[in-house]
Amino acid sequence: MSDLATLETSILDQIAATGDEAALESVRVAALGKKGSISALLATLGKMSPDERKTQGAAINQAKDKVTEALAARRDVLKSAALDARLASETVDVTLPLRDAPTDAGRIHPLSQVWDELTTIFADMGFSVAEGPDIETDDYNFTKLNFPEGHPAREMHDTFFFHPKEDGSRMLLRTHTSPVQVRTMLTQKPPIRVICPGRTYRIDSDATHTPQFHQVEGLVIDKHSHLGHLKWILHEFCKAFFEVDHLNMRFRPSFFPFTEPSLEVDLQCRRDKNEIRFGEGEDWMEILGCGMVHPNVLRACGIDPDEYQGFAWGMGIDRIAMLKYGIADLRQLFDSDVRWLNHYGFKPLEVPTLAGGLSS
Amino acid sequence: MKFTLSWLKDHLDTDEPLEKLADKLTMIGLEVENIEDKAKALKPFTIAKVISAEQHPNADRLRVCMVDTGDGGAPVQVVCGAPNARAGLVSVFSPPGTYIPGKDITLGVGTIRGVESRGMLCSAAELHISNDHDGIMELPADAPIGAGYAEWAALGDPVIEINLTPNRQDCTGVHGIARDLAAADMGKFKDPSIKPIKGEFPCPVKVTVEDAALCPGFALRLVRGVKNGPSPEWLQKRLTAIGLRPINALVDITNFMTYDRARPLHVFDARKVKGNLVVRRARDGEALLALDGRAYNLDPSICVIADEHGVESLAGIMGGEASGCDENTTDVLIESALWNEINIAQTGRKLGINSDARYRFERGVDPAFMVPGLELATKLVMELCGGTPSENVVVGKAFGDDRVIDFPVTEVKRLSGIEVPQVEMKRILSHLGFMVAGPGPVVKVAVPSWRSDVHGKADIVEEVVRIYGVDKVPMTPFERGEDARKSVLTPLQLRTRRARRALASRGMVEAVTWSFITKPAAQLFGGGQRELEVANPIAADLSDMRPSLLPGLVAAAQANADRGFGDVVLFEVGQIFKGDRPQDQFMAASGVRRGLASSEGSGRHWSSSAQADVFDAKADALAVLAAVGAPMQALQIVAGGPGWLHPGRSGTIQIGPQNVLGHFGEMHPRALEALGADGPLMVFEVTLDRIPEAKKKATRAKPLIELSAFQPVSRDFAFIVDRAVKAGDIVRAAQGVDKKLITGVNVFDVYEGKGIDDGKKSIGIAVTIQPREKTLTDQEIEAVAAKIVAEVTKKTGGTLRA
Repeated sequence: MSDLATLETSILDQIAATGDEAALESVRVAALGKKGSISALLATLGKMSPDERKTQGAAINQAKDKVTEALAARRDVLKSAALDARLASETVDVTLPLRDAPTDAGRIHPLSQVWDELTTIFADMGFSVAEGPDIETDDYNFTKLNFPEGHPAREMHDTFFFHPKEDGSRMLLRTHTSPVQVRTMLTQKPPIRVICPGRTYRIDSDATHTPQFHQVEGLVIDKHSHLGHLKWILHEFCKAFFEVDHLNMRFRPSFFPFTEPSLEVDLQCRRDKNEIRFGEGEDWMEILGCGMVHPNVLRACGIDPDEYQGFAWGMGIDRIAMLKYGIADLRQLFDSDVRWLNHYGFKPLEVPTLAGGLSS
Repeated sequence: MKFTLSWLKDHLDTDEPLEKLADKLTMIGLEVENIEDKAKALKPFTIAKVISAEQHPNADRLRVCMVDTGDGGAPVQVVCGAPNARAGLVSVFSPPGTYIPGKDITLGVGTIRGVESRGMLCSAAELHISNDHDGIMELPADAPIGAGYAEWAALGDPVIEINLTPNRQDCTGVHGIARDLAAADMGKFKDPSIKPIKGEFPCPVKVTVEDAALCPGFALRLVRGVKNGPSPEWLQKRLTAIGLRPINALVDITNFMTYDRARPLHVFDARKVKGNLVVRRARDGEALLALDGRAYNLDPSICVIADEHGVESLAGIMGGEASGCDENTTDVLIESALWNEINIAQTGRKLGINSDARYRFERGVDPAFMVPGLELATKLVMELCGGTPSENVVVGKAFGDDRVIDFPVTEVKRLSGIEVPQVEMKRILSHLGFMVAGPGPVVKVAVPSWRSDVHGKADIVEEVVRIYGVDKVPMTPFERGEDARKSVLTPLQLRTRRARRALASRGMVEAVTWSFITKPAAQLFGGGQRELEVANPIAADLSDMRPSLLPGLVAAAQANADRGFGDVVLFEVGQIFKGDRPQDQFMAASGVRRGLASSEGSGRHWSSSAQADVFDAKADALAVLAAVGAPMQALQIVAGGPGWLHPGRSGTIQIGPQNVLGHFGEMHPRALEALGADGPLMVFEVTLDRIPEAKKKATRAKPLIELSAFQPVSRDFAFIVDRAVKAGDIVRAAQGVDKKLITGVNVFDVYEGKGIDDGKKSIGIAVTIQPREKTLTDQEIEAVAAKIVAEVTKKTGGTLRA
């Protein structure tokens, strides 16, 4: 074996033996660096005869190429091994539990959710949303709604009052959302189609009554809407809200000072222990009151009852929320117990839409 | 309003079954609340005779009875604990399998102390027919063994209770209910005319009405020589069935008339009345011991009937003890009067008396029936107690106002959507006592005196529709109209909605708290004004309208902590009150973070377990504002806030000092103490109404986007400034250098400590420079950097950190 062949073999062996890129680099420098063994051989070429140079030059260059190739190959191997080693050292415990995503941890109160559901359904039927203040005048809460002064119907509403003012008048907490009807009729020209959701107050406290509760009122005033339309709207609403294909509703005559004729509406249902199913069963559950707006109310709001007509209804938002979502005790709605809110509340991205279903 | 089926049949000739009558009542607006059918419930209970009663071998207090149940079989062995169980006693027996209403159990075959018992002898309490549980029932010896007890005891008359609406005073009597049912085809109304009874002598008692507004009419008659005692069995049974206690014939007659004809009456013992009667306002200092045994202090707002002794009766509400009728009454004055509805209601409320008379008078009784009612009562008195009647004394009006309504028959269709034939309308109205005249299309409808609730066309429509059948109203699709589909919510409603979802998306939990809070809490948050104090609060701690949502949320957070959930994060979006006018009510969004409830999440966690801090609250507030479309660029954050916040850890969000949108920060420890809560608590509150409304855009299209071809450049600066210098001021100074070129200024470092002098801090900012027209040269960039350093130095006194 020639010296060159020996040298080449020796270098190649050294390359193969390197364990990291630094060692490989010293081998490279020792072989191909300025003072490297192969570089030294190449330097001898100048002193050779042209023939000798031709043969020797080719041989040395061949050896140099081989070494260069081997260096590159070894470098790739070492780099890859180093990466593997680094990655191995970077291992984390992916089973460590994370916090809930905020969009999973947050909750919308069932009342707000039902509020959005109602709005969605009625918006589709062409209703807009009207609101009014919680602190009302006696005139808007009672008198303009055809509750005569001193009439026992006023007693049906156990009213929270504020202190009398100097002129003897006194403000009160609205006992129903119907004053919003009055405000709407006084400021808008028919045709009117609004729903009026809001907070209402009565002096009452037990498992089914709280001093504050929520109602949604509906009002339609135009030249042709009658009880038949009212029935249809409420039927469509109840089907949409309770998300059932069919429902049996019972309308029966009743009395409210601000409507004439007045009706109460019952839904056929079956009561199981903790659940109420609509559209089946033997029971009837009262769900809302409604009727044609009383001519006295129209007149009090500056609308001619011989030219215009319309209807109104009112129902408890808390109540329909409880019925739909199986909430047993009304008081818990206002208890702010996070366990309850986490259980009965809705996630922020569960936005009711008609396209996606109200509650799915 | 309660009555029995047989009572109804006194006024209605009908063969309809109870269920059908009940359904009809509900469907014509007389909602049946309950039917108590004792005959059904007590069917298994039979009359039985105790043949023998021996001492129980193993128990002193028990007896082993052999009972003849009358079924022809062998006597049945029953173990009985009643002290009165004895041979020969006729009592009530229930076999195994019977549901015992008074005990809420179903009887089985039992073995009591080793002796088998195949049934039970019952007390009245066990049958739920009285509270009497002193031993088993004792029936007369001749009671038929084996017969059904309920039938024998005439308990078989179902009691119907209707939930009467306040407009239907005519149905506070069975007679009126029967009229409605007859109109609804449930039978024939029995309405025999009431014949006047001729008086045999002038009534010796004169009546003066001082104020006709309080007493529009008053009729009185004396019946001499009556014999008062227990009323007959039929009358006692009627009253007992509906829960009234029979007293004596005269009193029972008045109660009967109240329920039968919606005509409350009063009877005075004439011998206890001195002189003439005056209807007048009570005088201050007068009092009356009423028939309920309670003494009432009176005042001039109360209408009374008085004689020479003084007040004898609370007009239309309750009689007085002193002139009441008892077994010794021989001469009776019967009063049938009309009273002012509002005054009756006010007096009843004031004195706290809920009598059957008040219930009817405050709804307004039939004025035309005042005298006939007196005649009918006289007839009953004479039938039950004998006696000789005087002539009637009648003061004031004895009839109502004539009400005739011009009724276009098309009104029924217009308001209800049902087509009711005119003949049918007329039939219904006539049955209800209305008189209909004329061929139409506009008929004259005369309203009967007992229907004080009917005034106009809509009332007539209701009468027709409720009797014709509300179920016949055709469901008619409601066209939504041709209006374009667009948002139906006001800007504030949209904000309210978005605020909720935005806060919930930050992991916060929505609470709904009370609109009313305690006065101290209201005062702490700038409320507590007299105009916002509820005059009649339901509880002392729910006395004032809330000026802020935070007192409720702080209390809620504390309540959760007390239950063991200390790392709690709640929010609320709701109304707050700054005054009692509509424009003083605002919509606020507020939140509270407690313990380890930071923006990262709640509770201890391997990744981080940070206490919630001021910046979490600030982030919450800004998240709401951003979500509802507040002009974020225009917002100023000013250090400090209201007194309920930590002075050094709070901020105010505003658009200029005149428009404060909200606050955030740590609750002041003194405020927490006043609210009875532990801290620290991080809170915020923003007022959604105060955010300026964005300009309405003509088009939904967004402005064209400008995508620069040139790379942005970032330069870092660190400034040494006084500790009190606000980072926000440094950022604003840097931003102000060139609003076009500088597109971002970010604080990347805040440092105090080693290497920085005391009282100083280092703030590092990264400034993004976005070239617009060409790549900037180094000189140009250096020029901007130099301006930034100069501007920050000028505005804050800071120096570039070496």
